Amino acid sequence: MGTVAASRKVRLATTSLAGCFGCHMSFLDIDERLFDLIERVDFDRSPLTDIKHCGACDIGLIEGGVCNAENIHVLREFRRNCKVLIAIGACAINGGLPAQRNHLDLGQCLQEVYLTGPGIVHGQVPNDPELPLPLDKVHPIHEVVRVDYFIPGCPPSGDAIWKFLTDLLAGRTPRLGHPLLHFD
Amino acid sequence: MGEDGIEAERLDELLLGIVERHGGDPGRLLQILREAQDALTYLPAAALTVIARALGLPRARVEGVAGFYSFLHLAPVGRYRVLFSDNITDRMLGSGELLDRLCNRLWIERGKVSEDGLVSVDTTSCTGMCDQGPALLVNGRALTRLSAERIDRIGDLIRAQVPLADWPGEYFRVDDNIRRRDVLLSSQWLAGEALRAAIARGAEAMLEEMKRSNLRGRGGAGFTTHIKWESARRATGRGERPTRYVVCNADEGEPGTFKDRVLLTSYADLLFDGMSVAGFTIGASRGLVYLRAEYAYLLPSLLENLERRRQSGLLGEALCGQSGVAFDIEIHLGAGAYVCGEETALLESLEGKRGVPRIRPPFPVSEGYLGQPTVVNNVETLCKAALIAIEGGAWFAGLGTKQSTGTKLLSVSGDVESPGIYEYPFGVSLAQVLRDCGAGNAQAVQVSGPSGSCLATHEFSRRFAFEDVPTAGACMVFGAHRDMFEVARNFAHFFAHESCGFCTPCRVGTSLVAGCMDKIANGHGSQYEINEIFQIHRLLHVASHCGLGQAACNPLFDTLHRFRPAYERRLRSLDFAPAFDLDQALAAARQMTGRDDAAAHFNERPLAGEA
Repeated sequence: MGTVAASRKVRLATTSLAGCFGCHMSFLDIDERLFDLIERVDFDRSPLTDIKHCGACDIGLIEGGVCNAENIHVLREFRRNCKVLIAIGACAINGGLPAQRNHLDLGQCLQEVYLTGPGIVHGQVPNDPELPLPLDKVHPIHEVVRVDYFIPGCPPSGDAIWKFLTDLLAGRTPRLGHPLLHFD
Repeated sequence: MGEDGIEAERLDELLLGIVERHGGDPGRLLQILREAQDALTYLPAAALTVIARALGLPRARVEGVAGFYSFLHLAPVGRYRVLFSDNITDRMLGSGELLDRLCNRLWIERGKVSEDGLVSVDTTSCTGMCDQGPALLVNGRALTRLSAERIDRIGDLIRAQVPLADWPGEYFRVDDNIRRRDVLLSSQWLAGEALRAAIARGAEAMLEEMKRSNLRGRGGAGFTTHIKWESARRATGRGERPTRYVVCNADEGEPGTFKDRVLLTSYADLLFDGMSVAGFTIGASRGLVYLRAEYAYLLPSLLENLERRRQSGLLGEALCGQSGVAFDIEIHLGAGAYVCGEETALLESLEGKRGVPRIRPPFPVSEGYLGQPTVVNNVETLCKAALIAIEGGAWFAGLGTKQSTGTKLLSVSGDVESPGIYEYPFGVSLAQVLRDCGAGNAQAVQVSGPSGSCLATHEFSRRFAFEDVPTAGACMVFGAHRDMFEVARNFAHFFAHESCGFCTPCRVGTSLVAGCMDKIANGHGSQYEINEIFQIHRLLHVASHCGLGQAACNPLFDTLHRFRPAYERRLRSLDFAPAFDLDQALAAARQMTGRDDAAAHFNERPLAGEA
């Protein structure tokens, strides 16, 4: 039973919420180690597979903070389906760059952009139900769902991501040592 | 003065005068900044530049110090700056309602200066008036026993711009409230008695008496005093002018503690005798008292006392007529930083720096104030040392318990009939104390302040002594009707506010914990936050730079073990709940877009394990 469980491939899903996909680019920086990874991992929902909805998974990697209603739906889908949920990068952990809008009032912001800004005639705030509504503030993901692990960095290096994932796959509590947490 | 500014020339003249009075000594930066602020109401950028230049310090260093202390202001503050003491005991006496009442009466928002620059109202950490609260500070002066009527009157006085000196004297009355006297509080020795006794014994013999007494520090840590004294005496000073120092820690910042205030008020002779005895014994010629800013109102009487001692030969070049025995005492004021109660942070502050704790070793006894061997003792410890000089070590060791000799002053506050100071021999049970102070239906006692321990009814038979419950003296009593979660939340915010910011575990950890407690208080909490608190507690305990961070989660840890239902009944889910109202977060966008469809709402009930 133990060997069967150990040899079963791990299912991994990834997504970017209010992020820039920089963490995903950094993920690709593990380069040829992707071949090692693919031996041990099947990708579920991810920009790499273009699967639209997350199924039952072992690991979910979330890049980016939470800025709109859709982000919350996606994040909850991941939490529902992933045994282990990981926040990757500054935006997922702290809100990051998108959270710089938090000191502005959302209503005033929409008003200026769509109604009163220079050169706008007959403006209208977009209200198509297809569009996700923005939240009044951008939040880190741990304020919306329980998060199991955090990989800091903007973005974390490919080496840091590799170390983290290989620790996790090998059953070690992931731990980035000083060099991988050293940003200057 | 603040708004229209002050001309550069006058500013120069004023500040250079202050710097000169302090001998241009960069080590006196904090005292210089305090005086500059007293003259200018706040510290404008130009003032910092002038001071930096005059002292030959980098400007960043001066601003770094000015920015560190709560009572130094880099931006204009009201001409009347009102700060309500925000200890839990003040809150239990209704300080929150009184603060709102004053704000309403003055038409101002808490924490903001009124538009005319007249007044600001905010909170500050415990001001040490727990036995006669609620209390507040106006421009640094302590006011006690606030009531709705008094608050209304204070509002009127401020609006009429009546100078503080013309306010009713009764408002500033601070009582000793001594409820039980033992050997220390019933002693009536004349000034100098202890010093003369020590000189008659000789330094070595005095040290022997200290050893025999087995006196342990009364500030909380309980380190054996004679070891400190002996180490400092044996240590050699450094540099061209090696010397030694005696420092009295009168930075009584632990919420709920006010015994040192009473000693400084009514037993200052004993304290100064104790410092002189310490100076004589270790061979120091200078003593420093670090007085917390909240007690600045005691300064005039303390200075008067020192002057009296100089005139009667109890301070100065030849103590008690003994040539070669010189000792003098100087008083430094703090500026509102709890962390300065930690002895090495206190030394940094005395040297005019930010109050960031040093790495130990070296310990102050070998490298303390200005790098010289320094004994740092609590006010009560030094008073006890004076008694030992007179009565002898064996007498002292006969009181209390084997490992905790002598008596202990307890500061009792909260839900009791007679709050105040109680002196008992060590070994007294908590139950005995509660009986004596009239704590009818106590459910818990916070011993030794937020960084101490919280005891529940089943532990009331325990005894105050280093062998059982160590204490720095605070006993905050909570009746059965009190919400122990709110008690712990108050303490969590206290530590987040007072963290000095130097080490990341404490700076970030105390804020995370305060955030967890707020999330629970706002009804968004879950088991997740409780796990988080335990995890941060462990982390702070092992990773913090000093005792502040190490102790910061103690009150949460204790109350989670003893009053867990007070937390659990607030939890929204046993697994996890979001930190904010998801649906409400879409309200602004709904309004702007006019949408009200299903996708514009979050109405469903959260599932286990997620939002």
